[in-house]
Amino acid sequence: MVKMVINLILLFSLILVALWTVMTVRLIRSIVGLALTSAILSVIMYRLHSPLAAVFELSVCSGLISVIFITTVSFTQRISKEGLDIRRKERFVRFWYLPFILIIAGLLLSRYLLVPQFTFNALEPAKELDVRNVLWNARHLDLLGQAVMLLAGALGVVVLFKESKK
Amino acid sequence: MSQYVMQLFGIFSIFVILLMITGIYCMLASFNLIRVIIGFEILVKAATLLIILAGYVCGRVALAQSIVITLIVIEIVVMVVAGGVALWAFRHNKNIDPRNLGNLKG
Repeated sequence: MVKMVINLILLFSLILVALWTVMTVRLIRSIVGLALTSAILSVIMYRLHSPLAAVFELSVCSGLISVIFITTVSFTQRISKEGLDIRRKERFVRFWYLPFILIIAGLLLSRYLLVPQFTFNALEPAKELDVRNVLWNARHLDLLGQAVMLLAGALGVVVLFKESKK
Repeated sequence: MSQYVMQLFGIFSIFVILLMITGIYCMLASFNLIRVIIGFEILVKAATLLIILAGYVCGRVALAQSIVITLIVIEIVVMVVAGGVALWAFRHNKNIDPRNLGNLKG
């Protein structure tokens, strides 16, 4: 019972922080909200017996991605105070539906999913392997894919920031 | 499968879907490339939570973790390139409104 209450608190805070991330006007606050969302998600992952993925989520998604976003924002132009007021009104018009949509969707989904009407009979718990075994032996092609993706990303950044010869 | 795990799956599924709705709404209703990327990030977080939840429910936590690690690496690459595209759009258009990307050559 206590476990479930803690899970519920974490899940509600995850949704609330995600909502704040989406609805806040200033980009920097939005980025901080995204980092907070990642931090809460990593706590949830840890509670679901996935500590390695939680550490990755916390260090990479909460740390590195925030740094990337803040660097990107720092290269763009700062908005004036008048512009901020106009943007605040525009965003309010576009985003005030979202909390109501989430509440209605949550109520509708809770009718069907709170006590699921299905079971996973076909999926018996498998013999648990160490995550290192799975990553290096069973899913080693994934590592090759990751290396290719990293190279592709580096190449993409080089092409995007290539200075023209003119 | 125990009743607790099924109930856990049901509750987490609701919040995963709500997180997905938040991300998709942010992507559709924003006129700023960085906010679109943030919406995409939230969508990816919902997918990550769903994978970890599926691993926990089915007893394949190690497999789920290895898939999530791969997903996070790919996510980083996508974020870096998308941030580069946003900066590149700012250099050319002096704003990062995705509606102005239509005036590109090609």
